[in-house]
Order: sequence, then C-alpha cells, then structure tokens
Amino acid sequence: MGITGAEMLVRCLEELGVDLVFGYPGGNILPVYDALIGSNIRHVLVRQEQGAVHAASGYARVTGKAGVCLATSGPGATNLVTGIATAYMDSIPLVVFTGQVPTIMVGTDAFQEVDITGITIPITKHNYLVKDVDELPRVIKEAFHIATTGRTGPVVVDLPKDVSSAVCKAKPPQEVELRGYKPNYQGHPTQIRNLARLIQEARRPVIYAGGGVIRSGASDLLRTLAERVKAPVTTTLMGIGGFPEDHPLSLGMLGMHGTPYANLAVQECDVLIGLGVRFDDRVTAAVEHFAPRAKVVHVDIDPAEIGKNVLVDLPIVGDLRLVLTDLLELVEEKDHQEWLDTVYAWRRERPLAYGSPDVLRPQYVLAKLGELTRHRAIITTDVGQHQMWTAQHYGFVRPGSFLTSGGLGTMGYGFPAALGAQLGAPDTLVIAVTGDGSFQMHMAEMATAVQEGLPVKILLFNNNSLGMVRQLQHFFCNRRYTAVDMVNPDFMKLAECYGAAGLRIQQPAEVEPVLTEAINNGRLTIIECIISDTELVYPVVPGTKGLHEMIEYTEEN
Amino acid sequence: MSDAGKYRYNNSEVTGRGDLLKNQAASGEMLSGAEIMVRALKAEGVDTVFGYPGGAVLALYDELYKSDIRHILTRHEQGAVHAADGYARATGRPGVVIATSGPGATNLVTGIANAHMDSVPIICITGQVSLDMVGRDSFQEADITGITIPITKYSYLIKDPCKVASTVREAFYIATTGRPGPVLIDFPKDMMVKKAEFRYPPELDLPGYRFRTRPNREMIREAARLLAESTRPVIVAGGGVAQAGAQRELLNLAERSGIPVATTMMGKGTIPEDHHLCLGMLGMHGTAYANFAVSSCDLLMALGARFDDRVTARVDTFAPRARIIHVDIDPAELGKIKSADISIAGDLRRVLMDLLAEFQPADYSAWRERVYRWREENPLAYDQNGSSLKPQYVIQRISDILAGDAIVTTDVGQHQMWAAQYVKRNKPRTFITSGGLGTMGFGLPAAMGVQVGCPDALVFCITGDGSIQMNSQELATVAHYRLPVKIAIINNGYLGMVRQWQELFFGARYAHSDISGGPDFVKLGDAYGIKAMRVTDRDGVEPALVEALGHQGPVMIDFVVEREENVFPMVPAGGSLNKMLGR
Amino acid sequence: MKHTLAVLVENRPGVLTRIAGLFSRRGFNIDSLAVGRTENPSVSRMTIVVEGDDRIIEQVCKQLHKLIDVIKLNDITEEEYVDRELILIKVHAEPNNRTEIMQIVDIFRARIVDIGRNTLIIEATGDQGKINAIESALRPFGIREVVRTGKIAMVRGAKHKTETNGKTIV
Repeated sequence: MGITGAEMLVRCLEELGVDLVFGYPGGNILPVYDALIGSNIRHVLVRQEQGAVHAASGYARVTGKAGVCLATSGPGATNLVTGIATAYMDSIPLVVFTGQVPTIMVGTDAFQEVDITGITIPITKHNYLVKDVDELPRVIKEAFHIATTGRTGPVVVDLPKDVSSAVCKAKPPQEVELRGYKPNYQGHPTQIRNLARLIQEARRPVIYAGGGVIRSGASDLLRTLAERVKAPVTTTLMGIGGFPEDHPLSLGMLGMHGTPYANLAVQECDVLIGLGVRFDDRVTAAVEHFAPRAKVVHVDIDPAEIGKNVLVDLPIVGDLRLVLTDLLELVEEKDHQEWLDTVYAWRRERPLAYGSPDVLRPQYVLAKLGELTRHRAIITTDVGQHQMWTAQHYGFVRPGSFLTSGGLGTMGYGFPAALGAQLGAPDTLVIAVTGDGSFQMHMAEMATAVQEGLPVKILLFNNNSLGMVRQLQHFFCNRRYTAVDMVNPDFMKLAECYGAAGLRIQQPAEVEPVLTEAINNGRLTIIECIISDTELVYPVVPGTKGLHEMIEYTEEN
Repeated sequence: MSDAGKYRYNNSEVTGRGDLLKNQAASGEMLSGAEIMVRALKAEGVDTVFGYPGGAVLALYDELYKSDIRHILTRHEQGAVHAADGYARATGRPGVVIATSGPGATNLVTGIANAHMDSVPIICITGQVSLDMVGRDSFQEADITGITIPITKYSYLIKDPCKVASTVREAFYIATTGRPGPVLIDFPKDMMVKKAEFRYPPELDLPGYRFRTRPNREMIREAARLLAESTRPVIVAGGGVAQAGAQRELLNLAERSGIPVATTMMGKGTIPEDHHLCLGMLGMHGTAYANFAVSSCDLLMALGARFDDRVTARVDTFAPRARIIHVDIDPAELGKIKSADISIAGDLRRVLMDLLAEFQPADYSAWRERVYRWREENPLAYDQNGSSLKPQYVIQRISDILAGDAIVTTDVGQHQMWAAQYVKRNKPRTFITSGGLGTMGFGLPAAMGVQVGCPDALVFCITGDGSIQMNSQELATVAHYRLPVKIAIINNGYLGMVRQWQELFFGARYAHSDISGGPDFVKLGDAYGIKAMRVTDRDGVEPALVEALGHQGPVMIDFVVEREENVFPMVPAGGSLNKMLGR
Repeated sequence: MKHTLAVLVENRPGVLTRIAGLFSRRGFNIDSLAVGRTENPSVSRMTIVVEGDDRIIEQVCKQLHKLIDVIKLNDITEEEYVDRELILIKVHAEPNNRTEIMQIVDIFRARIVDIGRNTLIIEATGDQGKINAIESALRPFGIREVVRTGKIAMVRGAKHKTETNGKTIV
C-alpha cells in the first residue's frame, strides 16, 4: 500500500518546509487538491491564475523562500505565463506545478491540453514533464534546488493526471544529483584581490548595486564596504532597499528615471563597481555612452551576465555575500572627500524636482507616505509612472521592502504581489502603489484579499490614463495621444462591492489625514488619489542618449 | 488531384477584401514599417483592432492614430485577444489584436492557445524590443515567437522592414485558409521606424504551406457506398461545418437522407436545433439520445469534428459497432484519435456537395424511429421541484427569449454545459464558446468582440461567478464603448464544475472550490455604471430578462441559483458514452 | 569566425528544443548541428558550429552552460581535432559521362551507393573542405539532390572528453 503521486507531492512540499501555496483548481490538478486536504499547507485560492503566480512571487521576495503555485492544465497553465516570465526576468525563485492531461493523451490536443513545458522553455530556469510517478520525488527535490540556488528563478513541473493519481513507490532522494548544474559561489581569489587593489587606487568610485544584493542577503556587507571606502552607492530599480536611502552615501536610483546626481556620478566615476546587476538598457540608456571614464567591475552569480551588455574590466563570478566577505578582508579604510563633495553638490543643486504643492502631486503623496510609515512598510508597485515616482520618492531603507516588476515590466503585478507579501510578512504594513490602468489588470483579486483577511492598502493614482504611455507619446510622438484615455470604474464603489474600505484624496491637505486613517484602519483599503494626466516623470533619459543627457524638471516644462 | 491553395486567396471566405487589394496595389512609396503595417492591415480589410498600447508598439499606435482603423482599448491584453477571437468567430473575418512586448505579449498566450485549439483565425501583432536588443533580456523583452510555437499556426519575427507587407499578407493568408488558426507577428520597435518600399499585395512565398480543398473522388464514392449500405447511420457535425460555411449542405444531406445529426459543442447551430433530425450535443454532457445513437450506430460520419476526448469519452468503446467516415480540412486530424474506414481531407462544403451528387440514400426510418424513441424516453431533465432557483431553468428561459439572430457566448464550467444543452441555436456562429482549451474568462471579452463585429445583434453572455472574475476588468471596456451586451451570471458561489467533480469522484471533499465570498455583482455593475439586477427566485427570471432586453445599454444579471446542482447526464472521464450518470 | 563546440547533454526528450530555442531566442546563428548518442547511453553529444566573434561565442557558451541539461561544453576550435561530415549527392549521370563521374568519386575516395537510370547517388565523408570540393566537382553534371549531416568532431589524443563530472567553459 503506497501513496499517490499527489500525496507524495504534498508530503515532499511539507518536508521542504512549504507552508503556503497559491492556486486555482481544475480537472487535471484535482488529485493534488484532494491530497491537500488534511495537510498543514495553507492554500490561497485566487481569482485568476495570474494572480496566484504574482502572489507567489511577492511571497518569495519577502520571505526569501521559493513561492509555490498550483494550476490546472490548459488555460490554468497558460494564465501563469506572464507571471513566470516576470519572475524569470527578476530572478525570483518559484516552483510552479501544473496539471496535465493523462500521459496517454499528451500530444492529442485533448481537452485543456497545452504544451506548457514547451511554452515555458524561454521563461524558466528549467522545467519538467513528469511521465513516471516514481520520478516525482526526485523531480520535486531538483525543482526546489534549481529554483533556490545559484541565480534563482522559476521552475515548472508539469504533472499529468494519471501520474498524480498513480501509486508512488519511490522515496525522495537524500541528495540532488545534477551533473549539468553546479553553481559557483566562491569568487576567484585573484580577481577579488584585483578588485581590492582597484578600489584602493580609485579616486572617484561608485558602487552600482542591483537586485543581487537583496537576493544574496548582502546588504549589510554592502553598507560596510561603502562606509569603509567612502564610495557613494546608487541602486537599480531592483536594488532599491539594498542600501538605505537615508544614508549619506546613498544616491538613490540611477538610469532612465534615476536621480540626476546618481546618473552624473556614474558618468564621472573612474571605477564603477557593479554588484548583482545586469547592465539593463533601462539603467545604461545608450550603452556606448555609459560610464565612459570608468573601469567597470562586475560581480554576479551568473557568468552569462558578465560581458553580455557591456565590456567589463574586472569580472567576478560568485555569490555576492561570499565575494564581499572575502573582499572586506582585503580593503582598508580610505577617503575621497573631494569626490564626495562633488557628488553631494550635485545632490544639493539638482534634486528630484516636481511641480508646485498647491495641487495634488503623486510625488508629494509618496514622500508623505514614506514619512508616515517611517519608510518601513513593504511597498509593491505596478508598472508605469507611479512605479517610478515610488522608486524616487518613498525613501526605502530595508532590503526586501520594495517589490516591483523590473525586467518584464508587468502591469498588474503589484496588487497580487502585495497579497503574497502580506502572507509572507503578516505583521508588516503592505501597500500596493498602483495606477488606474495597472490596478484593473487584476483588481478581481480583491476577492482573494477579503477572503484571506489581508489588510493590504492600495494606493491608486488615478489620472484616467495609461500615464507612462501617454508620457512617451508626449515626448516622442508629438503629443499625439492615442489609446491611453481610460473610462474607469468608480473605484470607491468597486471597493464597496468587495467589502473593502474606499478613501479618496483630491487635495494636498487631505493626504496626511487620509493616509493616516488608511494605515490604521486594519482593513483592505483603496486610497484613490486623483491626479492630473499631465503629470510627468522626471528626469527622463532618452534611450539613445547618455545618462548625463537627461531631461530634468523645470517650471516651464 | 490535390488542389493546393498555394499562391491563391480564397476570397469568398473573407468578404470585401478583393477590392481593397486591388486599390492598394503597386503604389511603391517609401514608408515606415509601422505605416506599412497599417496600410497592409487596411488592404486586408481590417477596420477594427483590439489592443493595449505600450513602449514597444508606440510607433504602430501613432500610425493607428492617423488611420481610420477603429481601436478597442481593453483593460488587459487577455481581454483583447479573446475579443478578437469572439469577433472572428461571429463574423468569420480574422480578428486582429495588438499588444506591446514582454508582458503585453505574454498576456496574450492563453487567448492564442484558446484560438488555436478552436481553429479561430486571429492575427496577433506584438511589439518587440529593437533587433539589436533582442536576446539580451532587455526591458520588456520576451521571446514570444518561441513561447507561442506550440500554440500558433505560424509566427513571424520581422527582421527587415521590406518584409512587413509580405508578412502581413502571409499571416492573413495562413490564418484564414485551410484549417484556420492564430498567427503571430512579432514586430521590433526599430523595424516600425525603418523605411521600405510599400507594394501591395506582395507575392506569397510559402512553399511549405499547402492544404487540400477538393476531396478525392474515389473516397467520396466509397463514402456514398458505405452510407447506402448502412442501416443505422449518424452524422456528427463539428465546428468545421461552421468554419466551412457548409450548414446548407449539411441540412440538405440530413433531410435528403433522413440521417439524424448530433453535434459537438463547437458544431452547435450548424444544423437547426429545432429540426427533428437534430439530436443536440453528444459527449460527456451530451444528450442521452445522441450518445445512445452514436453508441448503437453502424455508420458514423464525422464532419469537421476531431474526436476530442470530451466527445468520445473512452475511445475504444466509442461507436463500437460503426464504420467511420471522417471528413476534415486538416489531414493531420484524420486517424489521430480514431482510425476511420474512410478518411477524406478537404473543404467540407465541397465534400458534401460531391457526396450529395453521388449518394443514393437507403431507408433509415426504422433506425430513426428508434432514435426518436430514445429522445422521447430520455429527454434532458432536471428536478423542477423545490423553491430554489435552478440554473437550468434560467438558461432555458434565456433560450426562450432569444430571437434567432442573437449570439450567445459562454464561459467555462457548469453554466457552459447547461447552455450547450438548453440554449437552442439554429444558425452557426451564434453559440460562441471555448471548446478545446476550456478557458474560463473567455465569455465576457468574447461577447465584446462579437458586439463590436455585429453591432446590431443581441449579444448574450452566459457566465459563472468564477469565470466572470477571470476577466471582470473588461466591464470597463464594455462601459467605455457602451457595448450593449447582456451578461447573465449563473452564481452558485462555487467553482461549480470543480465542485461537481469533487462530489462525484473525490468523496465530496470540496478542496478550495468555494468562492462564495463575493463580490456583490450588482454593486460591481454599478461601479462601472452598468445596469445590474439580482434574481433569486423563479418568478424573477422572466421580468429581469425582459427588462434586460428592453434596456439600450449593457446589463448584468446576477442569478443566484441552487448551489449544488450538477450537470447531467454525465459520462465520467474514461467511461463509455452509453454509461451516463444522472440520467 | 566559425567555432566548433562539443556539447555533452542529457539524453532526454526536449533537449534539442531547449538548445535550438536558445539559439533562436538569443539571435545566435547555427551553421550546423549534429547530434547522437555517446558511449554512455544517458548522454548525447552535439557538435555545433557557430558563426560569431569572440564575444558572441563567449555568450553562446555561457548561455548553453546555463541549461540544466547541458553537462559539459568545450570550444574545440583551437584544438587538434578530427572532423567529419557525411554527404549524399544524387547527381545526373548519362552513360557518356559516368566514367568521368566515377573518376571524381575515386579521387575523393567516395562511393557510389545507388545507380538509377540516369542518376547516381554518391556517398562521401570527410572534413567540410573535402565535402564542399566534391560537391562543386559534381555540380557541372547536374546535382539533383544533396543531403549533409553537419559536422561531427573529436579531439585528437588521449584526452577523454566525455567524462561528465564538472562543466568546463572555454
């Protein structure tokens, strides 16, 4: 008498320490759902599978564990695609189980059959179609191992219905044995010595820190390094929170919508130390003009990232925590007061600027939100103008407190991710900052939030427009605005129909009282801020220009 | 000999395109890729597109701005692709959808797979990062051509602005001819800006793409002989009959021969359902009489159907005493699941015309009497006692109130099966549902697409409380364009079909299928400015439907029905068609 | 410049799709790809010829290396290796020029493997230079059909490249 594949799956998940899964049932995953009954794994039922995968991703980002989701075959599986791609681009560990039609029907265009392993090849770290139930324990173990080690990422396991129903005789293996997968964690000692020397010789160093700092848990080491060698630190969008923005050495975010001082510092530096970054086009702008005076150092766990987008003078492959630990053994205190003075002068003279405070400005709302939450809430965002304003103005100080879709830029990510984040951090205030366009993509997950009793706050900037597209049309299509005007629901009534609280901000004076009320009401709440569709994100670096050639806010534009 | 459609348009299938092609030909100007795309779309007869803008498609949207093509802005790309799909199914013209790169493109995946499984011609145009950025994990880059290989009929990545026009032409040609299906065009940002000479129509160069329209004469004669020899024949009509526009020929064949006709779900309406020869739907939730007829027949003629597992149940006991004639435009379907005695690849209309010319019907009246007796003895039925509102009753009343031209869309689940059982359709393309992929969330956006394509039609979306939440954001699109669709939510607070399976096959252990938590659908409608009503008892059904039909704009009705009603009859998966539960 | 990569992969369904997909997705050009089993039945060996500068080849190798099913990878371009390709050529052959064709076949140490009424099928193996040469030598007679396997290659000497412990990158 054995147990079924589905029961084995649940047992393996329990042994791996999984206590929460997100999903949506359907015919071919039903055996797994049945096996969940009586297990201590909590299942969160979403309203669309895309919500499940984004929520799992939010959960993973907050807890550092792999997010797990379940979906049925066919449309259940395809509905996960965007979320998987989003996680893949941002290196988020997910293990996704999809139902599949019985093995004898695979390849016959059966009801709710899709080739999800074929579809997800380009957007997963690895994937499996399990054809024999006795492979299942090994595959599950491998899937978690692959998802959570090296450069983390999503793994899909496709489970035919007959496999999850069949009796499984195999036991989970003790060790994972993957001859084609052996990530390298320890940086090369010679290269680390070279980096130490380069840092000692540098006169205008800048540290450029990315999501890898957060993923490897290297924020403290980064701070020690920056303080010891007095190097200013700028972060990518994904690196936000990896270095406290209230620190004197923090320059905030660089790139297309980065701070003027971060962008200028990168363009003027003589050594650029890239830590867990990937020289994305949203960071470098025109890559041939990027950091023209600098020797470029690139430390990353993924060797394929090195040299992919820019030529690197000093590459180090390894886990950032280990590399920085080794490096700190070798670097001594040093100072570059002149360089810091220059950078600080830029920061004083060219701050992030925005329009007059007599109308409601999103930048002001976000700065106020930062203040009222003491910069310690977990903030998720969607994609668009509000995402950039949040990155610029909230003032993040903790790693893992800023969750956003960086690489894929997925509208609709923020709210379901906030649900996952709240489940991962039940005692922390979680706020989804969103726009009217993005929020509508998955607003149906309000039902999930209510069902699970999640007191997430939704700070919704409503300009009745797809603002970032409109902004691009403003700058690059001669203000020919097309397909950006939105007819929206009444968001207050929408909140009500789900049983959530709805609050509206229209005037600057309302910001503080309304935000305070929302922060303290203990309920799922939509806070709708009515803003103008003419509000733009500044600075902007056009894609063909260098980072120093940004368009900054002035009173005229 | 085969009549490969190579280098030839079948213009009869796509109305109005021929003239446009002529007008646009041989202009030879230098235009940007985006301009070429828009001109080519117009030349293909496109007047409406569904989409969602973003960075990588800005240049294309800028050209749309200057053109007179109507753009319907949805609230999620999945809404756009389902709408294009609904548009195509209702009108017979290809649906066009535009999305940006990355998440815009991946959000189309379910909709593309859905159209692929149901052979619907749609053209998906996705933005892509500039060619020099492709392959570098750039911002909003996704390998959408790679991702969609398993779920498209064909896909293109444009690498040369000179290829834009020919790509569009080939895409429409491939999508609409042979067995129709989705075609994806991935259009990098820089290709939209670079200029090339515009000529239309360009040459088609598709040596690897052929399809057979004219059937083999010998096979037709053989089929006629088998029909004449048989004493208990049944026709199974599938979605291919509607695709081929062969409903008249089918009716002709049925009436001349007196052979009863069962339809698949996709074939609903290809024979009038009030016709005495029509047995309704067969399969897992088919009528008992259709399933008995198929199980007892000695000859089964499958027309544009593909022996899907939801139709056959256990394949080796499907039509066990029958010889099989299988007609399909797609030769790969022939013999894929069930080996046929006669396999005919070809255009169904042509096949049926040829067959009608050859065929001398025998007398099947004894068989017909037997089938009709099954129908009398085993009608579709449900328990009408008790005070609760039965979902079947609601759907029956909807069917009664709809005129022949109304178009019904459904979502997926119990309500879909009840709709397939109880909504009577007399014309093809008036019952629009996700058959092969079974995509919850299809119904509402599909109804929008149908309404856009058929502005004067009454469009009725029958959905469930689970399904509607999958794409409920599209209520904003409905409101935005004032599309007067009527939405009936069969609300039982469950993922009903999942619950039914759990009840029947998992010891009534309802793991995560209860969704009774909300939202309040009447207030939801109200939030969008859509007229919304709630009906909780039998007496409320009729007045609510009358009011909905009398209202100019969109209406949403929340029918709060008996929670644990099951869809019967039901053939358990893997069982035999004649062994139905709940009969 | 053309590089020759020897890639050991898990002998599993879908591996070819993963590798072909990677090349198309990343915009790398495959010149030829040959695949077959090795002395170890759980391992297949691919010989991939790729066109590109050093930077592209480095990316190709790193990206291939990332695939879980890729066990080991060597760029053997700079090494001493034996490479072979098999070609089948169906050539038009009238009685009056058969002798001439057979002489060419002899020169290239190829073989005639089928004789039709006015065609011959010729089989040749060799490095790509030789294969190209025989193809062009036969072209004047009228080539009806050509099929080539793509290049396979093996490093000379005692080094045993099919060991599967640990990946080497270039």
